Amino acid sequence: AGDGSGPVPGGGTSPPAPERVLFPPTFSVSEIKNKQRRHFMFLRWKQQQRKEKLALKKKRRKEREALGDKAPPKAIPKTIENQRVYDETTVDPNDEEVAFDEATDEFAPYFNRQTVPKILITTSDRPRGRTVRFCEQLATVIPNSHVYYRRGLALKRIIPQCIARDFTDLIVINEDRKIPNGLVLSHLPDGPTAHFRMSSVRLRKEIKRKGKEPTEHVPEVILNNFSTRLGHSIGRMFAALFPHDPQFIGRQVATFHNQRDYIFFRFHRYIFKSEKKVGIQELGPRFTLKLRSLQKGTFDSKFGEYEWIHKHREMDTSRRKFHL
Amino acid sequence: SPQVVWSMLGNRQFCSYKMTTKTQNFCRNEYNLTGLCNRSSCPLANSQYATVREEKGRCYLYMKTIERAAFPRRLWERVLLSKNYEKALEEIDENLIYWPRFIRHKCKQRFTKITQYLIRIRKLTLKRQRKLVPLRRKIERRENRREEKALIAAQLDNAIEKELLERLKQDTYGDIYNFPIHAFDKALQQQDAESESESDAEREEEEDDDDEDVDKREFVEAEDSELSDFEDMDKLETSSEEEQEEEEEVEKKASHSRSKGKAPLKGPARRKRPYIEIEYEEETEPNTKTKAA
Repeated sequence: AGDGSGPVPGGGTSPPAPERVLFPPTFSVSEIKNKQRRHFMFLRWKQQQRKEKLALKKKRRKEREALGDKAPPKAIPKTIENQRVYDETTVDPNDEEVAFDEATDEFAPYFNRQTVPKILITTSDRPRGRTVRFCEQLATVIPNSHVYYRRGLALKRIIPQCIARDFTDLIVINEDRKIPNGLVLSHLPDGPTAHFRMSSVRLRKEIKRKGKEPTEHVPEVILNNFSTRLGHSIGRMFAALFPHDPQFIGRQVATFHNQRDYIFFRFHRYIFKSEKKVGIQELGPRFTLKLRSLQKGTFDSKFGEYEWIHKHREMDTSRRKFHL
Repeated sequence: SPQVVWSMLGNRQFCSYKMTTKTQNFCRNEYNLTGLCNRSSCPLANSQYATVREEKGRCYLYMKTIERAAFPRRLWERVLLSKNYEKALEEIDENLIYWPRFIRHKCKQRFTKITQYLIRIRKLTLKRQRKLVPLRRKIERRENRREEKALIAAQLDNAIEKELLERLKQDTYGDIYNFPIHAFDKALQQQDAESESESDAEREEEEDDDDEDVDKREFVEAEDSELSDFEDMDKLETSSEEEQEEEEEVEKKASHSRSKGKAPLKGPARRKRPYIEIEYEEETEPNTKTKAA
């Protein structure tokens, strides 16, 4: 069987392995039946591999230095973002069709500064403490927002009332087993409804090294990485939650960062220490969203017209394909 | 005969429909009228028996008579009861005329209970139904894992900082922050040699301004409002000279009990600098070691 060479180890600690260990060509560590010995041989094999790798690296570096200026450029490591499958709906900044669409879609009145956002935040039935606190904190983060307790009311009845009272957006936070796990964001006067799955919700007290409470100033908004057409519309939905003119005195910024179809929300206070350095401090709640469906009209689960639904079997198959 | 059946099943031997608990015996037979295991409620031990059962919202009266005891297939006779409550009660009375009082009474009671719960079902279905969507474990795990990896790949802090610096460069903040170096660079880009002397003059002017502002600020601070704190912090930070900053901070801390508001803000900012320096030092050491060896 196995041990073709080297000292046979008696127990866990054994004499240090020799510099060059010769293994017969047909040997494999997995053939040793004794677990301790197998483990030991495996560790030795691993050490050897690491040494070889280090030696290879050094050699390459030396070659690189030797060549000096003529060295070939460093290879770019492959990342998922690099290898992303090209999405045909990626928005080109100069695209006229998209610009025209955006000038005439439901958010046009917001972007033309005709409407001021007014947001209603509510929950599903019988919210537990955590959800209630999260709603309150969300209300401090989003200016001009109101939290209302849902007393078993049907959304279809709430919506016309909201429209009558000039609300522009409705946020419903769904709760399951005492933690918020879903978010429905609906633009009110007849706007699109997005349903998200919410995860890793952190309330203010759970954030380490947080600052003071968010003030009443209107924060700035950062939307990162919304590249496709769908991502664009979702990004506009988020932008429509915040009033147009941020108050820079407040130095607060709300960020919606999209990475691989997960939208990370963070709320920071920033300070410019010099023109090349900025310090940020996290206040406010944080959560991540994943889009589940986008519906054309306001919330209507039965008869609504869905623009986009996430289908597991079709859309989760490729690890390099993202939709937002 | 029913007496024999009862003496066997009810007391001594095994009855598969019987469920015993500490206080009571229940009967699981679907034709049982009361649900308890009694001599009078056992559908097996009574040759003349009746029940009320509902199917898909309609109530039926089931009857069993001795004549049909030999034909198990035709044993239970079923009568549809009317939807009207009173009429149905009358129908039960009609069908069970000359039957023992117990069975008639219990049938009507059972019928009442059934109609009540049917009404409740209809009321509840009109209200909002909660749809339970089952979680698929594999999918949940996959999504959580992907979320973690996406978080690491996102490098949120860096991205946000970059974006903010971009916005600073694009002049979205206007005149709030004036970094002399920034202005210096900009001026350089526009004009060439003349700009240097000009910006030097600007810097000196700005220093003077800051000094004046410091004096002014010390008076203003006594009002103790949070806003003024931040504004002062702003003006503090924009001065490029660190010594000046430190002096002012020391003064402020002495004069101001409310320095707590500043310390945490400075905390992460301060912590970042020494970290970076330490890292650089460590990286160079092993290199030197290997070269020596």
